[in-house]
Amino acid sequence: MAAIAPAKAIRSVTSLRKKVATPYFLLLPGLLWLLLFFVSPILTTLSMSTKTVKADSGSFDQTYVQNYHWANYWDFLVESRPQFIRSFLYAGLATILALAIAYPLAYAIAFKSGRWKNVLLVLVVAPYFCSFILRTMAWKQILSQDNFIFKALQSLHLVDSSVQLTSNAVAVVVGLAYNFLPFMTLPLYSSLERIDPRTLEASGDLYANGFTTFRKVTVPLSMPGVVAGTLLTFIPAAGDFVNTEILGNSNTTMIGSVIQAQFNETRNYPKASALSFILMITILVMVLTYVRKAGTEDLV
Amino acid sequence: MSTISRWLSRNLLRVYAAFAFTFLFIPVAYVFAFSFNDYHRSNIVWRGFTFNNWLHPCDALEICPALGNSIRIGLLSTLVATILGTMIAFALGRYAFRGKGAINTLIFLPMATPELVMGASLLTIFLAMGFNPGFWTVVIAHVMFCISFIVVTVKARIASLDPRLEQAAMDLYADEKETFRRITFPLVAPGIAGAALLAFSLSFDDFIITYFNNGADFQTFPVFVYTHAGRGLPAQANVIASSMFFIALFLVVAGQIVGNKRKVKA
Repeated sequence: MAAIAPAKAIRSVTSLRKKVATPYFLLLPGLLWLLLFFVSPILTTLSMSTKTVKADSGSFDQTYVQNYHWANYWDFLVESRPQFIRSFLYAGLATILALAIAYPLAYAIAFKSGRWKNVLLVLVVAPYFCSFILRTMAWKQILSQDNFIFKALQSLHLVDSSVQLTSNAVAVVVGLAYNFLPFMTLPLYSSLERIDPRTLEASGDLYANGFTTFRKVTVPLSMPGVVAGTLLTFIPAAGDFVNTEILGNSNTTMIGSVIQAQFNETRNYPKASALSFILMITILVMVLTYVRKAGTEDLV
Repeated sequence: MSTISRWLSRNLLRVYAAFAFTFLFIPVAYVFAFSFNDYHRSNIVWRGFTFNNWLHPCDALEICPALGNSIRIGLLSTLVATILGTMIAFALGRYAFRGKGAINTLIFLPMATPELVMGASLLTIFLAMGFNPGFWTVVIAHVMFCISFIVVTVKARIASLDPRLEQAAMDLYADEKETFRRITFPLVAPGIAGAALLAFSLSFDDFIITYFNNGADFQTFPVFVYTHAGRGLPAQANVIASSMFFIALFLVVAGQIVGNKRKVKA
């Protein structure tokens, strides 16, 4: 991408120098912000993660000693292994569930909605404006045994009072899938919508039936949307603690709950930092492998 | 046979989509319905219909100040992030320079990092630097995570511009500044507006990063909702969430209608 090609024959040296500097001038404030408030905090976290707790604690700076105790990582990883496994398991299941719900939905909006297309797109995003914590709490109350839905199911003898619809792992996974559904649907929609209908016609002309066309043409062409959507769902889901706190129980705690509690309640900053770092690196490695496997490196 | 199966498949998809929308809107309907509940202490059991909560949304303690904080933070972070992000988007979309790959990666990283990690890390340096968490730390955090979304959205818009329009302006003896002011910027502006809207909604509904960096005496609306969940949430929270939902819906639909009219004129 070249700069706007000027048709001017004579250009002074100073204006040329200005042009070379322009992109850096444009980048400077934003990048400075990211360096100060994204990169440097991550580096501080890295440094905090190898500190250990001093016996007599005073103010924040005096509480911990930096002695490059890399064993922190192994210790805390082993200690929080169930929560790590659960986070990635729940996030993975929620991503698959969201994909299963969102793909047909995005397909219907892109190809079958006619003039309702824009209205339906707005409706996909609309619930997002109604506080997500309130909606998650609403799910808990909708699924609770006191609610008329549960009572209706009970009177139909579909459930009995020993069944719990909420406060379990299924509710957490469904809650995660629910909360990130718009993030899955929008990228899917935009990649499906971009498909040239003539490619689908061509496939039909070559005697492929509807299903073969879908499998061999539509799905491969929508892969960038699948990759973007699954990432936008999986990443926040893996670090989430709101869904498990509201919809789960003490056996469904995810790594987010542990890190949050270490930070805000126990105030064991080295432990919280080490766990954060493990979470971030694991996700980054998974994302890079996934993006490379899916073969869409022009994601951003 | 094939007509039947085609009919079925077409309607199956419609039924499926209707089912998905129902799933999306059940909790919204619940939140809206319970905004009319004549609640006492906690808003969990239905106790009768009332308009009181809608007539007196600020009667619940702390709720209106929290909402005000959310709006002020949303507007300020959106403004700063939109300016910074748009500048980066123009640099990336319009210029060739050294280190572009590294900068693209730096823009991508905040989107690939869980909010929890960013929130926790930011708190670590605020504490280490002796900053008192409050209004400004939340603004700093929100601007930080909004920048990347702005860059990506605006950059996509810049990339989709037809370069011939700018060339045409130059051919008609417009200089670079004039071309930018009268052609490039107006064409990119809808993208910037969309990005700003996205940033505001991300900021307004953000909980995790805010929860780490808000300090003890400062709360936004989502933090209010979360921290009051245990002690019983007033129905006024439902009123505010429902109004935000309807306001957003109204604005988007109105914007769509205006946009369609303009298109027809052109």
